[in-house]
Amino acid sequence: MQSSFSPGALLRRPEAGAFLGLLAVLIFFGIFGGLTFLQPAGMASWMNVASNLGVIAIPVGLLMIAGELDISVGAMVPFGAMTVAVVSGHYDLPIWFGIAVALTFGVLIGLINGYMVIRTAVPSLIVTLGTLFAVQGIVLGLTVLITKSTSVALVTEGVAKTIFGDFLFNGQVQVMVLWWLAITAAYIFFVHFSRFGNWIFAMGGDKVSARNAGIPTERMTILLFVLSSTSAAFVGLCQAILYNSAQVAGGQSFIFNAIISVVVGGVLLTGGFGSIVGIFFGTITFAIVNQGIYYTDFDRNWSSLIIGILLLVAVLMNNTFRKMALSYAPRKTGGK
Amino acid sequence: MSQAILSLKNINKSFGPIDVLHDINLDVRAGEVLCLLGDNGAGKSTVIRLLSGVHKPTSGVMAMDGKPVVFANPREAADHGIATVHQFGGTFPLMSVGRSFFVGREPTKWVGPFKIYDRKLANDTAVKAVQSFGITRIDDGDRLVGGLSGGERQALAIARAVHFGARVLILDEPTAALGVKQAAHVLRIVNEARRRGLGVIFITHQVMHAMAVGDHFAVLIRGAIAADFRKGEKTREQITDLMAGGEQMVELEAGIENHMAAGDGHPDPAIHAH
Repeated sequence: MQSSFSPGALLRRPEAGAFLGLLAVLIFFGIFGGLTFLQPAGMASWMNVASNLGVIAIPVGLLMIAGELDISVGAMVPFGAMTVAVVSGHYDLPIWFGIAVALTFGVLIGLINGYMVIRTAVPSLIVTLGTLFAVQGIVLGLTVLITKSTSVALVTEGVAKTIFGDFLFNGQVQVMVLWWLAITAAYIFFVHFSRFGNWIFAMGGDKVSARNAGIPTERMTILLFVLSSTSAAFVGLCQAILYNSAQVAGGQSFIFNAIISVVVGGVLLTGGFGSIVGIFFGTITFAIVNQGIYYTDFDRNWSSLIIGILLLVAVLMNNTFRKMALSYAPRKTGGK
Repeated sequence: MSQAILSLKNINKSFGPIDVLHDINLDVRAGEVLCLLGDNGAGKSTVIRLLSGVHKPTSGVMAMDGKPVVFANPREAADHGIATVHQFGGTFPLMSVGRSFFVGREPTKWVGPFKIYDRKLANDTAVKAVQSFGITRIDDGDRLVGGLSGGERQALAIARAVHFGARVLILDEPTAALGVKQAAHVLRIVNEARRRGLGVIFITHQVMHAMAVGDHFAVLIRGAIAADFRKGEKTREQITDLMAGGEQMVELEAGIENHMAAGDGHPDPAIHAH
């Protein structure tokens, strides 16, 4: 068995497009903005954006690889933030209790999403669109009912602050960056090295065959929905602890930003193809475009244009690379 | 004659008020190819779903090695050694040959404290298994399944079933979507499976393909077995007529021939030249 590291072999990998996209934006912003965004202060700004997004984008990407979609993460971020703020801020209960309650709600909404998707034939886009609005309604309704306000303060001290919502390295880098790197490493192992990753790809490739091959597709689907909504709740509660307050709104941007990161990262929208490293690169690429614009002379408003073009180019490139991967056959030496 | 591996006795299946199968009796023996013929809607798919554990019969008995069995789900049927290969191979286009071969049964090895997927073992085993069926073009387990030809995908799926200990192989229209050469490939693989002592159920509506490999034939019409015969007992024309539901096909063909002979079809080229 050969293990070739030729350029061709690299291009056939799911993360090829993401890697080239990252190079392209690095060059683009290197030319127009100088290299300030690669210096510590600049790096911190896009790493912070990437870390919050990345923790959500990876489980969303896994669902897409498995042929599902979860847009309710957009409501789970404020839900997680508001839960911890109401429990530990408004009611002044211990912060660990607030964190546990927020994460429990994350698991619960994930179970509801997953259960509805496997029990009904309704596409997960519609199911999670429903929970997106329902959870937004719960957050707004309950918060106003309980606190008579749409913004709740939360003061955290001690270990919980250090672990979940503090700044590192001269107060620039959010502790979330460390979570993001650790979680990404865990996902890489889970998806690419354990046997469970194979199941996720098989489910996205052909759900019926996967089930017939003995894969517990329903349990895996529920698990993935629980991962995505709990991750979103986790990001929300960390933001509340970091900024010492929670708002009922916000979080919707995570829906599209996560999907863009995942697709730029080389995940096939219809499932069955993608990689964690790809999503990781896709998230960084998105964050650099999102933040790098501040380091150029361009108006901030142009960043959406760049992201839109980036997305389209990435999808086209990924299609090409996938075709290359499909048509690839090792050249045989000698006759037939 | 050896005892049947799998047999259906007086099987009926209805979905609500609709009777789909009536009184089906079939035997699958080791080292034999049973061809299940029938037109679209004759009930072939329902028979497959009963055998592979997707549905349960409404009445009647399914037996393996003479003992009655009931499959609660496809997994149980698979555990009894019944493997179903669908038209497109039932494999995953964007997965590698090695990974799709071992889907659901991934080999693992310990690396330090971690139990990881053993890619090399999976690839080597998959390539060897497919090559033993005569498909030597597959020699890299990292290739994506979607890059294989239709026949190669069937070979991969059949090799997979055999590797995991299948005793009965159900092939659902394996040649329907294939060209002549690819179909011949698949028929050779069916022969190889038979040679290895598997009972094969070959579902098709292509009589030529059935006659090329079949030992035993059953024709389904509107959910009942209209004919059950062995190799050499009927001609291709007789089987085609049976599948079409009686005499119509012969009459139709005769009608077309008369029509053509009378010159009402295409104009005679000789006349046209003048």
